[in-house]
Amino acid sequence: MSKIDIRVGGLGGQGVILCASIIGKAAAIHDNKHATLIQSFGPEARGSACSAQVMIDDHPIGYPYVKSLDVLVVMSRDAYKQFVTQLKPGGILLYEEELVTPGAMPPGVSAYAIPATRFAEQLGRRLVLNIVMVGFFAGVTGLLSEQAVEKAVLSSVPKGTEDLNLRAYRKGFEYGREQVESRRLESAANGQTQQSFAI
Amino acid sequence: MKADPSGVLVGTHFIDGDHAACEGALAAGCRFVAGYPITPSTEVVERFAARIPLVGGVFIQLEDEIASSIAIQGAVWGGKKVMTVTSGPGLSLMMEHIGLAAITECPCVFVDVQRGGPSTGLPTLPAQADMMQVKWGSHGDYEPIALSPNSPQECFDLMIKAFNLAEMYRVPVFFMMDEVVGHMTERVVIPPADQIEVVERRWTAKKPAEYRPYETNGNMVPDMVKAGDGYRIHITGLTHDERGYPSMTPATQDKLVRRLLNKIRLNADKLLDVREEHTEDADVTVISFGITSRVATAAVDDARAQGLKVGHARLVITWPFPAARIAALAERTKVFLVPELNMGQMVQEVERAVAGRAKVVSIPHAGGTVHEPETILAKIMEAAR
Repeated sequence: MSKIDIRVGGLGGQGVILCASIIGKAAAIHDNKHATLIQSFGPEARGSACSAQVMIDDHPIGYPYVKSLDVLVVMSRDAYKQFVTQLKPGGILLYEEELVTPGAMPPGVSAYAIPATRFAEQLGRRLVLNIVMVGFFAGVTGLLSEQAVEKAVLSSVPKGTEDLNLRAYRKGFEYGREQVESRRLESAANGQTQQSFAI
Repeated sequence: MKADPSGVLVGTHFIDGDHAACEGALAAGCRFVAGYPITPSTEVVERFAARIPLVGGVFIQLEDEIASSIAIQGAVWGGKKVMTVTSGPGLSLMMEHIGLAAITECPCVFVDVQRGGPSTGLPTLPAQADMMQVKWGSHGDYEPIALSPNSPQECFDLMIKAFNLAEMYRVPVFFMMDEVVGHMTERVVIPPADQIEVVERRWTAKKPAEYRPYETNGNMVPDMVKAGDGYRIHITGLTHDERGYPSMTPATQDKLVRRLLNKIRLNADKLLDVREEHTEDADVTVISFGITSRVATAAVDDARAQGLKVGHARLVITWPFPAARIAALAERTKVFLVPELNMGQMVQEVERAVAGRAKVVSIPHAGGTVHEPETILAKIMEAAR
């Protein structure tokens, strides 16, 4: 696997950093890859712009910043606007569909939408929206083993909330898988070969 | 001696450099920390405050960095391994007490998670601009030790080394992180306690009536005692004789200051930690430390892929400066490139060591982010022409 550059963006309080951290942890601890996470956030505890970058590679990571993105995960309109131009042509955009309305994107970007906040509310707590997004990331990209991400979720959430978070993760994962599958069938029906990800 | 298992959080973790530094300190046996929180170092003490009740020890948040840097020295004479943690503005406040630690030979670790300066500067963004401050910041002549980690794993590993060196040489040891290394999260493997070597304080074997606190027994580093063990000692920032009593004569001053310097200078070969890659055939050698070494590695790898004879010497122990090793590299290398997140500090040491035998080029950066690998690569190409 060559280096994968990921950014997760949203608002403080949405669990942006934890979302990125679980992705990195799954890769670095449970999938035996190298992962580096760098976060940036404003001075406010809630509501300010917040983002984290995660690099995943088979080799040790040197330069610690991402410059262009293979995958962008956004949970706010501002994060979308700020980072969409960093997506590589052919990259993947994952977005919270009730919070982000995508516009122009670099060529060949595959965009996948999920009502993550609504799903989280249906599961019982809006707080787990970030874990739904983790599942969605894993389901759509297939970059990490399912088991690795599950383990990373379980070791990252507060005790007593494991079941809820696992359900949130699986909801996002299955929704992601379904979308990838339906696109595959759609393109097969149109006689096209399935678009392979830039990654 | 092996580490005390109670402080060792064995396992594979995904944590940032600040947290890893804290775990390194706990594994090394640090049981007293005094500090005043400051970005980007706060997470070190935040974690220590949460962990230390489970391990057994003390964390005190004090009114400022002046108090913190003296409280740790009190705890040393109470028998503890200690550290304080800060960033540039706090380090500036600690300067007088760093001198006290140097003259009283108080083993302690000062963690500096560097951010852009001067003054309040860039609280949340990186720099490596305190390198000369830790060498020269307190008045008078002394030789500190400084280490520069470049990853969370090294924040753990090298922190243990920092504590061990503090005990071996009885000097203030500076742990020179930066905002990127501090806030970067990566895999950190913490081995079992029986795989971690720690250096314990060397207590005197002498009886109270025979003990003289600054008598050296030939190895330049005196043995220690702690409060409560029945030894009468006097610890002072004044120039003192072997008994520890003030003796303000040129002869005592000369003997004391020479020993403070020589215990480091004459052990420079033991304090050498330069990690080299491809230096054996290098026409151009990049010299770097801390986070900049990771950017330099990317640039050097690119240049080697293009067939250029480029080497990389990474300073892990930055003070004492490895002048003899750099001088040896100058026998072969024609150009040294020194990227650093300051406007040209360690490059001066490189120039001194090279002494005109090769060209030395500074690649300065005012901080706020790291160099672009392309910037270093362009300088390598220019130097190789």
